[in-house]
This record gives sequence, C-alpha cells and structure tokens, in this order.
Amino acid sequence: MLDILMIEDEPNIAEAVQFILTREGWRVALHGDGLGGIEAIRGAKPRLVILDVMLPHRSGTEILAELRGDHDASLAATPVLMLTARGQATLALPQADAVLAKPFANDDLRAMVRRMLN
Amino acid sequence: MTHRPGSRILTGTRIRERRLALSRRQADVARAAGISAAYLNLIEHNRRPVGDHLVTRLAAVLDVSAAELAEGREESQIAALREAAVRLPDDVSPELDQAPELLARFPGWAAALIAAARRADALERQLVTLSDRMTQDPYLLTTLHEVLSAVTSVRSTASILAEGGEIPPDWRDRFHANLDADSLRLSGTAQALVAYLDSFDTQGAIFTPQEEVEAWLAAGAPPVRDSADLASDAARAMARAHLLRMEEERAALPDALLAEASGDPDPLRMADRLGQPLDRVMRRLAVLKPPGYEGAGLLVCDGSGALTLRRPTAGFPLPRPGDACPLWPLFQALATPQTAIANVVEAPSGRRFRTLSLATRHQPLGTDGPLLTRAQMLILPEERGSPGRADLLIGPACRICPRAECPARREPSILLTA
Repeated sequence: MLDILMIEDEPNIAEAVQFILTREGWRVALHGDGLGGIEAIRGAKPRLVILDVMLPHRSGTEILAELRGDHDASLAATPVLMLTARGQATLALPQADAVLAKPFANDDLRAMVRRMLN
Repeated sequence: MTHRPGSRILTGTRIRERRLALSRRQADVARAAGISAAYLNLIEHNRRPVGDHLVTRLAAVLDVSAAELAEGREESQIAALREAAVRLPDDVSPELDQAPELLARFPGWAAALIAAARRADALERQLVTLSDRMTQDPYLLTTLHEVLSAVTSVRSTASILAEGGEIPPDWRDRFHANLDADSLRLSGTAQALVAYLDSFDTQGAIFTPQEEVEAWLAAGAPPVRDSADLASDAARAMARAHLLRMEEERAALPDALLAEASGDPDPLRMADRLGQPLDRVMRRLAVLKPPGYEGAGLLVCDGSGALTLRRPTAGFPLPRPGDACPLWPLFQALATPQTAIANVVEAPSGRRFRTLSLATRHQPLGTDGPLLTRAQMLILPEERGSPGRADLLIGPACRICPRAECPARREPSILLTA
C-alpha cells in the first residue's frame, strides 16, 4: 500500500520531498498537476496526501473539497497535509488535517508526516 | 425669512467681536437693539440662533452692515473641523462645541487644521490602496509565489545535502542540478521584482485615472463626489462621462427589456430580437448581469489596442493596466470591424471562458472627421469541468504568462527564467 501521494507541480520541490520521506522508509508517489489529481488519489488510495494549494488547472483546495465529498467514506477521510506558499495565517483550510507553509524545514516536514501517519 | 438652528452660529461671535471693537458694553447694545443683556450674551456665545430681523437691528446699533454680520456661514468648514476631530485618537478629545468659535476667532489656524486633516486622510487612502496593490496585484502575487517556490526547493535540497547520510550519486547529481536551476530562477525573479518595484518610483503617480475609475466601478460606482477612489480630477471627469453614457444606454435599452431577453445565450440573436446594436447589448449585459450572464466581464479597447475599460470577471487573467495578451480575441476583432467573433479561450489556470468580440467604427465629426475604431469583448466564464475544449490558449501578459511556446510572445516570462 502506498504511504504518501504528493501532488505538487514544482518538480524540484517534489523530488526533494520524495527523497526526504523515502529515506524515512515511507513509500512515496508523485503527481505533478491539479488535473487528474483526484483520480490519482482514488487509484493509489494512499495513507496520506500531501497537496499543494496552487496547482495548474485545478487548485489544491478544489481537489481537497472533491476528496472530502467522495462517496467512498474511507477515501474521503484520507489525512491531507496542505502545502501553501501564502502562509498559514492568511489561508483558512478547514478541510485539511494540517498545513505547512513554504519554505519549510525538512525536520518539520518529517515530524508532521510522522505524526499524521502514526 | 426663517433661520435654521446653527445656520447663524458664527454670527454671535461676529457680533461680540464688533461690539468689543467699538468698546461698547453688552447692556447698552442690548438695550439699543431691544433685547435683554442676558439674551445678547447667549447670542454672542452662539448659544441662541439669531433671526434676520434681529441681525438687522444689531447691525444698525453696531454701525455695520447686516450682511457683514451674517456672511460666511462656514458650515462646511465647521463640519470639516468636526470631521478632523472625529479622526483623532481616542485619548485626544478636542472641544467639539467650540469648533465655530475656533473658526471665527482663528480662521488661519482652523484652515491649517482642516488642511492637515485632509492631507492625513489622503495619505491614509493612498496607504490603503498601496496595501491593496501589494496583496492583490497579480504580477506581485505571481512573482512572490515564484520566489517562495524557488526558496522552498533550495532550502529542502540544500538541507538534504547538508544533513549528510548516504545519497546515491545519481540523486546527488540531480540535487546539484536542481540547486543550480533554482538559484538561477531565484536571481532572475528577484531582479524582475526589483525592477518592477523600482518602476513604482519612476511612475510618480502609481495610479492612473483609469485605475481610479476601475476601483470606483469595483466599489459599485458610488456618487462621484463621495468616492475615495476617484482622487484625481481626470478620474472624476471620466467617471461622470461614464455615468452619462450608462444612463443614455439604459434609456435606450431598459433593464426590464434586457432581463426579459437574457434567456437567450446568444447575444447576437438577442440584439436582433431587441432591434438593438450588438455592441450596446454586450455593454448592457456586462453592467446589468441578468440571469445567464451573472459572471459577465467586459474589455474595451480603442483603435490603438489600448484598453479603455476593464470590467473583470473572476478567473480571467488580467494584468496591470497598460498590459495585455496579444492573443485576446478583442484585438483580432479590430482587424474585422462589424463582425462578431465567438471564441472559447483557456487561461493558464485551465479555466475556460466564452468570449464574444466586436469592433465598431464611428465618425463622430462627420464624413470629414477621422474614422475611429473601438473593440469590445464580452467574457462569460464556463462552468468548471464542462465538456468541450478551448480554441484559443490565452494568458494575462507575456511577463507573467507561463506559456513558453506561445508564438505571440514579445518578451521572456519571469516564470520561465529557470
């Protein structure tokens, strides 16, 4: 089973996060566009979704709203960590389980993911 | 003649000043004018209004014209002084009821206070608009997002390399290449950002009259005189001309008539049925936004392509005034006047919009006058996820457009500097 699906359009950030989390022992997959994001989650059924807010074609908040409304109750309850470049204080994301503001420290990312997966 | 309470509020002060200038006792003047000394005392301290007949009698006693005693009803200045007082911090509480006295006795200081308050008000407004610009300017938002993305990548990647531990050689090489690319992107974006912020200084006035009018329209077009958005004379003149045009157009095509016809999704058919010119129907749809056209926006340009009116619609990428995407169908319409052009355009965000563009020609000075061309584009957002595809990929303006292969590109995008 996939541990983490990351939806992020910045390939260099996605690669860095994938490396950091893979080294911790988690299985991580990437999806690079808002388009098809919800389908990727449905297909992979990950334990955790890391979702960027600003994505091309379909924003992270739209994908999150669609996920929470999914008819599969267990999928709809998938924990979601939102990444935002706008700062946590300026963005209300009530449907997200956690929000991490860019730029972030790798230790903070690891700690947050560990807490959400455990 | 009747008098309003307060309308002669300064007259009392003038009577007192005049009496003291003549070194006359209050009781003597009161007796000569046929009133009690106590009543005159109240009048002189502006605690009783004074009617025209009494002013005339007092003026005769004080050997001055009635007009001189009653003139200069500076209600607006008193109001301005009170307004200035209201804007003071809570712990400063000037004597509001003494504002008329201050104005009468020290007109210079009162004028200075009013001017200072007005200047503070104008500066405050400018600060608010600058603050709005910093938080809403699409160029700044896009650029800052770029900076944050590049910084995030650099920070995470550099930390991976600094943390130690085993890193496979191919990953190490990839991280080095990523760092190089991100640092290049960061330096390019930072330079673009600095150049952009520098342009604020060289522009002098940050807001053009057109921007002021747009802000006024966005605020719901409140009365021109009261609008804080219309700071310049030019903007106020443009706003008044705009209101006049809107009024004429509303008279020619009333709201009820347009709303009744708006069930038709095709403005051309609608114009035909209404017996109205299409350009008027398009403008009226963008103003009234009847059912079926709730999200309508409108762009208007003159024959040079300069945008003269921008009524934005949600999601449509509008850059700063003075900039535009050359692929907007609006500009294609200029080449084919009197022909409506329908398109489905797609923004870089993936949002699609139906557009209807039309250029019209006018000779307002008659056959001897110049031929003027004006184009307008009605913008109607499509439902998210609706079927179909766009026939034209558009953007906001080249500098903030991510479409690398666009054949219409005229300058590099800051989004493509990596």
